[in-house]
Amino acid sequence: MQASLSLSVSNPAAIPRSSHGFESSIPFPSKPVNLRFCGLRREALGFSSASSYPLSTSRSSRSIARSNKVSASLGGANGSSSAPKSFDYDLIIIGAGVGGHGAALHAVEKGLKTAIVEGDVVGGTCVNRGCVPSKALLAVSGRMRELQNEHHLKALGLQVSAAGYDRQGVADHANNLATKIRGNLTNSMKALGVDILTGFGAVLGPQKVKVGKDTVVTAKDIIIATGSVPFVPKGIEVDGKTVITSDHALKLEFVPDWIAIVGSGYIGLEFSDVYTALGSEVTFVEALDQLMPGFDPEIGKLAQRVLINPRKIDYHTGVFATKITPANNGKPVTIELIDAKTKEPKETLEVDAALIATGRAPFTNGLGLENINVATQRGFIPVDERMRVIDSNGDLVPHLFCIGDANGKMMLAHAASAQGISVVEQLTGRDHVLNHLSIPAACFTHPEISMVGLTEPQAREKAELEGFEVAVAKTSFKANTKALAENEGEGLAKLIYRPDNGEILGVHIFGLHAADLIHEASNAIALGTRIQDLKLAVHAHPTLSEVLDELFKSAKVNAHVGSSPVAEPVAV
Amino acid sequence: MASASSSLLTKMPTPSNTTISFSASLSPALPLFHSQSHLRRHRRTGNALRVQSKIREIFMPALSSTMTEGKIVSWIKSEGDLLSKGESVVVVESDKADMDVETFYDGILAAIVVPEGESAPVGAPIGLLAETEDEIAEAKAKAASAGSSAPAPAAAAPDVSPSPPAASAPPPPRPADGPRKTVATPFAKKLAKQHKVDISKVAGTGPFGRVTPGDIEAAAGIVSTKPNVAAPAVAAQSAPIAAAATPKAASAPSTPALPGSTVVPFTTMQAAVSKNMLESLSVPSFRVGYPIMTDALDALYEKVKPKGVTMTALLAKAAAMALAQHPVVNASCKDGKSFTYNGNINIAVAVAINGGLITPVLQDADKLDLYLLSQKWKELVEKARAKQLQPNEYNSGTFTLSNLGMFGVDRFDAILPPGQGAIMAVGASKPTVVADKDGFFSVKNKMLVNVTADHRIVYGADLAAFLQTFSKIIENPESLTM
Repeated sequence: MQASLSLSVSNPAAIPRSSHGFESSIPFPSKPVNLRFCGLRREALGFSSASSYPLSTSRSSRSIARSNKVSASLGGANGSSSAPKSFDYDLIIIGAGVGGHGAALHAVEKGLKTAIVEGDVVGGTCVNRGCVPSKALLAVSGRMRELQNEHHLKALGLQVSAAGYDRQGVADHANNLATKIRGNLTNSMKALGVDILTGFGAVLGPQKVKVGKDTVVTAKDIIIATGSVPFVPKGIEVDGKTVITSDHALKLEFVPDWIAIVGSGYIGLEFSDVYTALGSEVTFVEALDQLMPGFDPEIGKLAQRVLINPRKIDYHTGVFATKITPANNGKPVTIELIDAKTKEPKETLEVDAALIATGRAPFTNGLGLENINVATQRGFIPVDERMRVIDSNGDLVPHLFCIGDANGKMMLAHAASAQGISVVEQLTGRDHVLNHLSIPAACFTHPEISMVGLTEPQAREKAELEGFEVAVAKTSFKANTKALAENEGEGLAKLIYRPDNGEILGVHIFGLHAADLIHEASNAIALGTRIQDLKLAVHAHPTLSEVLDELFKSAKVNAHVGSSPVAEPVAV
Repeated sequence: MASASSSLLTKMPTPSNTTISFSASLSPALPLFHSQSHLRRHRRTGNALRVQSKIREIFMPALSSTMTEGKIVSWIKSEGDLLSKGESVVVVESDKADMDVETFYDGILAAIVVPEGESAPVGAPIGLLAETEDEIAEAKAKAASAGSSAPAPAAAAPDVSPSPPAASAPPPPRPADGPRKTVATPFAKKLAKQHKVDISKVAGTGPFGRVTPGDIEAAAGIVSTKPNVAAPAVAAQSAPIAAAATPKAASAPSTPALPGSTVVPFTTMQAAVSKNMLESLSVPSFRVGYPIMTDALDALYEKVKPKGVTMTALLAKAAAMALAQHPVVNASCKDGKSFTYNGNINIAVAVAINGGLITPVLQDADKLDLYLLSQKWKELVEKARAKQLQPNEYNSGTFTLSNLGMFGVDRFDAILPPGQGAIMAVGASKPTVVADKDGFFSVKNKMLVNVTADHRIVYGADLAAFLQTFSKIIENPESLTM
């Protein structure tokens, strides 16, 4: 949608501002459409004739202008607004996690009669066993770190006597936060009139869902948003006490002296931050050759220097944990390691606890997918770029969508929500394809890591394939007044871009409040804003956002065409 | 020697002031190794015609004051490449940053000893530089022999500690059920590396017999900085006094602060001094004083002063020579059960610097001549001012010298530093009326020295004998210049 619009109007600077108004939460469905068109008319004169059309006409004219999907989207519009009700609901969402919640809210806003099915607790992984409680623990660990860092405090002129913590108090904080957010989520859906159906949901057939044992409801469209569960590799025995997953760890039932964390992705990293702040020593076990796979290598390296090396952490890379036995009969937890390549046994670790953070597996069992001839791939439900479910013959299953961790496209809560909103947009007559490269991700260590778009190697690979040039710009937090005022100058922001046209390919930040800073970049990618325009944007002084300001300003767009990419080393 | 120390100069991509500092810290690490390599080379080639040939070793540089080992990020050049002076050869990762390492010689990169991704301790050869193509084969042979012997110390460890895998170089698979397995926690391993403690020799006291950070600190002779160590002592002194402001403040009888007073927390250096001074309370020490006539020494000093010799060097040299004859005064008592006789005589000299106190160490003071010693001393003081002393340049002392004579202090006694057997406090040399055995009065320069020693190992007679020797050396100082 965004792409096609900006192409047709050929005024990328003006379009994004108006055409993205639709995602803002204006309560009345008719109004935003109107507003949007007014906006568009003002800025793109080519559409001025549309303004005189009555609302319904303008809708269809939009469809025509948009693409060749006229019939499909017209059908959708009719079904939701005027066609006689042959279904219990316009939309049923299976799974009330963040993805389902986002979809439900947007669906209601768009006038769809919506139900959401939840077999466990509202809020899903993120709210109950993931992002939310972990942020509570990380808030504690961040403060503990500050209070324990005598050097840092002294530099600020502060004197604090020994910092301590009460484990139960910390655990309660995490639990209370989850409860509170869960309440907020439930209330927001109830207030908007989303029916919450309790029980496990399964797809019985096209447009038919079974809830619990014997309730059957029908809906014009179905969204599967069942999420994921912690992935536990074979040979690992989880007892929930000494060998645990993130589900258990977030309850913080005990703080081991020494814990092995299997997997050094963002879950493992965040927990290492929590545990070391609370006094544990940590051993990472990583199957790949280096820690923090998935992060931009340069950022990963710097992060390792700050988050791993100076802390009470050691690591084993290039090894698999083939067998993990919980502590028992006065024996410690044992972890048998083999070489990831040669498969030869390497050594056995003896620790007080092991946290399995090897990623997450889709939760798609018992969904009745066989009823509609859908075969999962490693548990994931195959979908196309519009989240439409693909059956085992490779055909689209009508009226069935899958969003979030269950489709495995991008296993992040906010990605699930964005996918859900995208689906609702399609259902209500507006084609929409979510640009996953514009979805930011963050790791809430101290300091934080955030990223959006491509890593440098990915960008270079893409550039090679498509024949464009890639350049890299970097700025250090050391040059930022606010960061220095906080005495937190450690950090780096990195911009990967096309010098020929100023397109942002990726932004990676490691430093104070990186998770909050990334959105300027992710919005720019989503809206297609070019660096040359961003350079002119103003940032309040002194703020951390000036790190990105500096970053964009240091990019050389069209400056010296044909020269090799600039890759200046940055002091860190 | 001097040229050897600059065989490698590394460039940091940061502002230039840091470059200076670290190239300074580089120099102490290299010369030793370099001179060794020269010896080895001459022995090995043994060919008169090939005396000109040069195979230079490229060393792991010390890129920061805290760096103990570095990891090869990448070799910019490959084996067989021609190198010219100033070219970057290899990228090394330290605990702080990645830096390019340049060569200071033209030549051919003959062999890479430490491949990419592996680590080597500071000062270890990481590659060989041949001057001509003819020497490449020789260099390769050398690298091969080094390769077979060099990793040995590293390979000796694997059945002992799991730390080698940390350096991404997987160790050879452990034979099933090795002799005795030592389990050490991550922080214990870090501390062991930092303090150069062999984990396999440390008995673990943690759960399941694992080696804990506390065990390593105990083995390294460090008193844990955790407040709970100080707590019992405090409780004994001022038990009933309620919650003092900080645990540290509590160690003094907690009198309320007077109005108008300010509390300034210790700097790191001051905290270290405080810790060391408290530690001395656990050592039964005693003091012996001795008057020494310094007329001859003063005369000598006037003579050698223009050559850059300082009084500190003279006194250090004299003390070192006396210690050579009385090894027990140079010994230390580490565990309360034994004497540790130190192989070297390293004279630490207390210096007041920027509100702190540090003891740069003149190593092997008995072996170096006065001029070298003076020169060394100047370097150390400069480094101390710039806070660039390497740990072994301030904590390797076996005997300490403290001189307050320049302030006119006539006598004082010093507190024994931890890990040493004795410390000498030197007062001012002052014209004094003295009577000789025949009853004649004369005016001589007299200086009072006062030695504090650990009575567990140094007894009164030992100290007296040492002082006698010392005074003889001072009173007949010709031997100092030899």
